[in-house]
Amino acid sequence: MALQFTRRAALGAAFALAASAASAQSVGDKLVIVTSFSKDLTVPFATAFEKKHPGVKVEVQNRNSAAAIAFIRETRSSPPDIFWASAPDAFEVLKKNSLLQKYKPQAQGVADKVGSYPINDPDGFYMGFAASGYGIMFNTRYMRANNLPAPKEWDDLKKPAYFGHVGFSAPSRSGTSHLTVETILQGEGWDKGWATLLELGGNFQQVSDRSFGVPDAVNSGQYGVGIVIDFFGLSAKASGFPVEFVYPSVTAIVPANVGIIANARNQKAAEAFVEFLLSEEGQQILLDPKIQRLPVRPASYAKAPVGYPNPFSDKSLGAKVKFDADVSEARYELVNSLYDRLVTFRLKELNAAWKAIHDAEKKIGSGGSAEAKRLVAEARKLATTVPISSTEAADKAIAGSFQEVKKGEKVAGRQAEFEQKWDTAASKNYADAKTLAEKAAAAK
Amino acid sequence: MTEAVLTTSNARAPFFARYNASPIQALALAAVALFLIAFLIVPLVRVILVAFTDEGRFSLVHFGDFLRTSLLRDAFWNSIYVASMTVVVASLIAVPLATILARFRFPGAALIHTLGVVPLVMPPFVGAVAMQLIFGRNGSINLLLNDWFGFRIPFMEGLNGVIFVEALHYFPFILLNLSASLSNIDSAMEESAQNLGARGFTLFSRIVFPLAMPGYVAGAALVFVKVFDDLATPLLLNVTSMLAPQAYLKITTVGVADPMGYVISVIMIVCSLGAMLLSALVLRGRDFSTTQRGGGGLSRRRLGRLGNALAIAFVVVTLLIVLSPHIGIFLLSIATVWSFAMLPDAYTLQHYVTVYREAAPMIGNTMLYCGLAGLIDIVLGATLAYVVLRTRLPGRRLVEQVAMSAVAIPGLVLGIGLLRTYYDVKLPISGESLATFWFMLVIAYAVRRLPYALSAATAALQQLHVSLEEAAESLGAGKLRVLSRIVVPLMTGGLLAGFVTSFATAAVELSATLLLVARAPDAPLSYGIYVYMQSAAGRGPGAALGVIAVVVVSIATYAAYKIAERERGLKSREVF
Repeated sequence: MALQFTRRAALGAAFALAASAASAQSVGDKLVIVTSFSKDLTVPFATAFEKKHPGVKVEVQNRNSAAAIAFIRETRSSPPDIFWASAPDAFEVLKKNSLLQKYKPQAQGVADKVGSYPINDPDGFYMGFAASGYGIMFNTRYMRANNLPAPKEWDDLKKPAYFGHVGFSAPSRSGTSHLTVETILQGEGWDKGWATLLELGGNFQQVSDRSFGVPDAVNSGQYGVGIVIDFFGLSAKASGFPVEFVYPSVTAIVPANVGIIANARNQKAAEAFVEFLLSEEGQQILLDPKIQRLPVRPASYAKAPVGYPNPFSDKSLGAKVKFDADVSEARYELVNSLYDRLVTFRLKELNAAWKAIHDAEKKIGSGGSAEAKRLVAEARKLATTVPISSTEAADKAIAGSFQEVKKGEKVAGRQAEFEQKWDTAASKNYADAKTLAEKAAAAK
Repeated sequence: MTEAVLTTSNARAPFFARYNASPIQALALAAVALFLIAFLIVPLVRVILVAFTDEGRFSLVHFGDFLRTSLLRDAFWNSIYVASMTVVVASLIAVPLATILARFRFPGAALIHTLGVVPLVMPPFVGAVAMQLIFGRNGSINLLLNDWFGFRIPFMEGLNGVIFVEALHYFPFILLNLSASLSNIDSAMEESAQNLGARGFTLFSRIVFPLAMPGYVAGAALVFVKVFDDLATPLLLNVTSMLAPQAYLKITTVGVADPMGYVISVIMIVCSLGAMLLSALVLRGRDFSTTQRGGGGLSRRRLGRLGNALAIAFVVVTLLIVLSPHIGIFLLSIATVWSFAMLPDAYTLQHYVTVYREAAPMIGNTMLYCGLAGLIDIVLGATLAYVVLRTRLPGRRLVEQVAMSAVAIPGLVLGIGLLRTYYDVKLPISGESLATFWFMLVIAYAVRRLPYALSAATAALQQLHVSLEEAAESLGAGKLRVLSRIVVPLMTGGLLAGFVTSFATAAVELSATLLLVARAPDAPLSYGIYVYMQSAAGRGPGAALGVIAVVVVSIATYAAYKIAERERGLKSREVF
């Protein structure tokens, strides 16, 4: 008995020792992070992590998504440890190329879903560590100078008053932008969703090639209104720019992610970093006014300042939106390419068509002849038509034409062939819509 | 004259006699070729091979797709239009400026030369923001116009906007090369013309400008090619209907497997080479060289009071316009907030305090990398120009074309290629990968800017009469001695122009930098600017780093001109 007791005690002591050794034990001396996040976010996290794990030197490599993916792919033989970014699409590409490793975080208390969007990759290759919602950012000086009312809902941005005042980043260039587009398509259905996107697009001043291009332009007052992710708007306001940010009553909430790169050289440090991000300590850093991202641990909101958006208690944030990740993934590249053909690369033509429609509708007003009304309805129809049906978009062979073709896979054609077809259709539709709308205005 | 060389070299091996070259020259050509194969061709081919394959086999089907795609056909013509018009507009700025500077005694010529180079130093993102704040739809100028007169000028909209911005940005190519050429003109030519009664515009258009043609054509061709391949400006103005942005958007869009981006890159390379060939044809069969050297270029005159005032007014107004983006960057760096307003709300030095700590190593890195890249470029450029113009070695034109093609290669493509080729090559002692070793950045900068130095060196050598070298040789000087005592000193102006363009543009290069920098301590200024410009709070510090980059390049350029001017002062004959 005595012997047993001592043995158990010794064992316990050994365990305790091991445990304390583990917590004090260094997780390595180095951690290499590739990220597209700005300094405002990376520096506080890196500093806090180094403080928690003395002896680890964190090396942050800032690269945009394209450069980050290329770098991780080309350095396979001896890669960095962590990829840390917003864009879920970048993580998907890395995952498909087997450049990420599975990891199951130990941290407790992280929610499974934010809104209707799963926080972690269902296959376990990357983890959400923060959430962000889409909304509308506007420059108050610009709005005053142009006598524009503050927008509240997505539909406000369709109004003729906002013509030429709105900016958005192309879904092909911004993973979060893509999720917004996909959310609209799933929420309203394919055809109606595209009609909304094209009508919104009619008012765009610019479709930017990088996510930060939109807040940058609104901050400068280059245009007044931007469709942006919340922290761009909130952090710009915190930095003193004359801007405001609002969440429309229905909006998409999307996670920002972290993943451990396959064959990471500093495996232990990489795991410790992921755990740190998901810990209460790490989540609190997200509340920093210059960062302003939403924690994924519901409990972490307890210490948040009054009025801080909380997607876990405020059901309007993301909850109303249905999001089917499988549908989204199957047509990811196709939707991006289609949006670029219909909006990004034909923005001038799309603008012209909608300008003509707005003008005609204003002129006709509530009166107007039946002929004029018919013509303008026809013009609207053309300017909101998508040249490919939802069934076609779901067709594996067609969607496959936009992805890397694996050996023996059958695809419907080359990407360039579809793109040419869509481009032709879009140009023609917009030109015809413009003519019809002008005719309607004349027929009044 | 070639006969003379042939007879002297007949004693050597028949092979080298046939090609009018010494073994050392052949070796030099081989060395340049080797450099290009290792750091340009192999990395490039490894990336753009996909443009020529379909379902695993060689195929030109993607080029067919290019021709069938209306969007890309439009983009092609737009690119040609913008590049051609930019040459015209840039010439309107650069030719008068270069002439005034070369012709008249002007206080602070080195300073003006330096300021003339500054437009090339457009820090990434910061330059774009500043441009919008000055010339944009709601920039200072348009807000002012709108307040006073109720209208706006769309400086930065559509293709014409691209032309405007590109011309402001790239006219220094013409200014630099034309200035170098003008300073090489034998003043005896001018004096003879004056004796025969030529004056003023006749003198300029019939004698001076034609003799300076090599420099002008070199500069104009570079402007054309650079603008044709330029990405930053169309992106800044959000004009996507041009080739470079179309290629960029395809290549850098996450998850795109379509090879069209690489197809467009290949087409841009071919077009750029075509333009360079065309420019060589313009000069072909004409002789621009003058035998008398050491005259120090055109005779300079003092101006009358009126003339002086006019010249100064022209220079000041021109510089004010072309430097307004940089004035904007400076304002941005000392602004608290600048939004939808003519000027910032308030001023602060806080941003400089923020970047103070990290700026020093970045300045050091930028100086080191870009200085080395510039040196590599003038050594390779001068060597290649000499071999091309002075020997008949087989393959020399091909090597020249390959070197020139670098101008059309997107930085990202070269960066990926270098990583792919050299990541698994480890350095002997540290075991660090060669691809992420800082010297690879130097190489990437050098490769992409070699065309500038090559053009400048070729132009300089075209003005140098071969009989000078022959005279030296017949007096017993060896090839090496001729090079070091005759050729290189007389090419100084051109080499300087090449160095300055390479150095200045490398200092703000981002795309390859973003891929190849592996450790923060190795990062140059452009990387620092990028990192800051990703958030609203980083705009001020980013601009502060941008100003630092501009100042660093300016000081280096000014020093280079001071040295050149001293040389020139020793040689020049003043006419009072």
